[in-house]
Amino acid sequence: MEQSWKQAKAAFAAIAVPPVAWLVLFFLVPLAVIWAYTFGENVGPTTIDFTGTFANYARALEPLYLDIFGKSLIIAGLTTLLCLIVGFPVALAIAFAGPKLKSWLLLAIMLPFWTNLLIRTFALIAVLREQGYVNFALEWLWNNASGFMTLIGLQPLGDYEPLTLLYNNTAVVVGLVYVHLPFMVLPLYSALDRMDRSLMEASLDLGAGHMRTIWSVVVPLAAPGIASGILITFIPALGAYLTPDLLGGTDSQMIANVIERQFKRANDWPFGAALSFLLMYLTFIAIAAQAFIQRKAERRG
Amino acid sequence: MAKGKYLKGASRRSLLKQFGAAAVGISFAGGLAGCSRASSRTVNFHNWATYIGPTTLDDFQEATGISVNYTNFASNDELFAALRAGNPGYDVIVPSNEYVTRMADAQMLMELDHSLIPNKANLLPEFQDAGFDPGRRYSMPYTWLVVGVGYRKSRMPSPTFVPDSWRYLLDSNQFTGRIAVLGDSADLIRLSAKYKGHSVNGVPDAMLSEIEQMLIRQKPHIKAFHEDDGQDLLLSGEVDIVMEYNGDIAQSIRDDADIAWVIPSEGTLQNQDCLCIPNQAPHPEDAHAFINYLLDGQAGAGIAEEIQYATPNSAARDLMPEDYKSNTIVYPTPAELARCEYGAFEGDEKARLYEEIFTRISAA
Repeated sequence: MEQSWKQAKAAFAAIAVPPVAWLVLFFLVPLAVIWAYTFGENVGPTTIDFTGTFANYARALEPLYLDIFGKSLIIAGLTTLLCLIVGFPVALAIAFAGPKLKSWLLLAIMLPFWTNLLIRTFALIAVLREQGYVNFALEWLWNNASGFMTLIGLQPLGDYEPLTLLYNNTAVVVGLVYVHLPFMVLPLYSALDRMDRSLMEASLDLGAGHMRTIWSVVVPLAAPGIASGILITFIPALGAYLTPDLLGGTDSQMIANVIERQFKRANDWPFGAALSFLLMYLTFIAIAAQAFIQRKAERRG
Repeated sequence: MAKGKYLKGASRRSLLKQFGAAAVGISFAGGLAGCSRASSRTVNFHNWATYIGPTTLDDFQEATGISVNYTNFASNDELFAALRAGNPGYDVIVPSNEYVTRMADAQMLMELDHSLIPNKANLLPEFQDAGFDPGRRYSMPYTWLVVGVGYRKSRMPSPTFVPDSWRYLLDSNQFTGRIAVLGDSADLIRLSAKYKGHSVNGVPDAMLSEIEQMLIRQKPHIKAFHEDDGQDLLLSGEVDIVMEYNGDIAQSIRDDADIAWVIPSEGTLQNQDCLCIPNQAPHPEDAHAFINYLLDGQAGAGIAEEIQYATPNSAARDLMPEDYKSNTIVYPTPAELARCEYGAFEGDEKARLYEEIFTRISAA
């Protein structure tokens, strides 16, 4: 028989106290300190007075920083959209694969997590740079095509000019999609895997095509998975700083890069904290929106 | 930040940067806990990565019986942030000139007892004192370096062409898309001021807005604001001309003879990495002994030979091979040095202003 936690208070406390204490001590307390910084003022090189000022937020809301927030939102949004477009068919394929193949495919999705993000990003640099594997492959194709043209008596193509794939915003989005794809695939997979297959069979039996079935049956049923996939892809992408730093060009600065520099070179922790919390408020709004949508969907269902 | 160089581990300024201060701090705390239990004498030395001789620390232990607990940091900012809330247990740290002032201002540094550092006499006369630390109250010089231009000879318009002006990097479309400059706000703005004929210090507001306009104009021609890994971008053929430190380019030239180095005619920034003892250092006496040991001729030569940066130590330099002493990349000529300046710490307000200008340039 299921027991209410009220009947086993001691056992419940024994299980709950360590993680709660951990969370309070190492998450909420530090977070509260940073939050307090947002109302602080620099009075010396290492001293901050908690004066309750809103100047840091006022500065963080200047057009300069709002534009950078806006740009970060666009890049994170684009990343999430691409992850969804790429991730949905992948999750669908895994959900419908045989049990043996399925575990291998899931392993393949998780494999990148075994390597540090930094190392993966360096690997991407080695692939995308001008003397990188993508350009090597294209050069090989180009030279063969050129050889073929001479063979059939046409003008050769001339020298191969390597493509510039790194150090621009496209490279940042490619890098972010590469890094965040598993975050999208896994919740999608778990939603699709739990789906009642007979509903799809019914849809097909009743004359709907495959695309129609996916759009009208699979997607609505997977909506909660899609929503959580979007959320856990979008939030880390919004706060990305390593990827724009390493793959970006001169105009790829995202808000997290600005925040990092406030805590380092600028030595302006209150302002850096205000920017961080503005980002966090945005995140809370996104989570609230997701919860709202989900509740609405549940009520309708 | 480090990019390709990180993997090769080529330079002091790159190795740990991306892992961030947090990771370093945690590993350090662990290391310290381990050593404080040991009863033997220890010095906790916090240095740039790959910035020490291969046997220096062992030799020191052999000579004095003091063991060295060696940890790394990746940038001055990281070091400063680590010490902000109090010294986590370091005995000797290696901030650069500007940060010696910044840390001394923030009362993070202990005054050195010169009587415990007799090897100070080994220093070249020009390093006996320093503008950023009058009387060397807080710092002893460890190495020094200059910023200049590294370039790929075969990609220059003619074999004799030398890009001997900051113009090619900061104010010209000649190498459009083939340029990388340092992504540090202060370095970039100071060298822009130098290009405009001003000192790297005391740049007036009117000139700052001119510089901002110039860099916004130049931005489309610049491929990347690099994090001190310009030599990798140069070596991998990603760019043809970079703003970089001399030691990094000297190392690149050993790998690739097509790379060359020049100090622009307008002059440049000089940096000095210094040995300091932070306040509340647990072993101040042993720290002095360690600093004194690093300033020894033999020890200094072992370090300089490994890291290929210029030593301020005349005894060490005398022991070095001729090709090192005559390397004009590592040791700029007196005429070039006359055009070099140290970037001074001009207060937190100025640092914040430079940072905001850089944010505006990046966002433009």
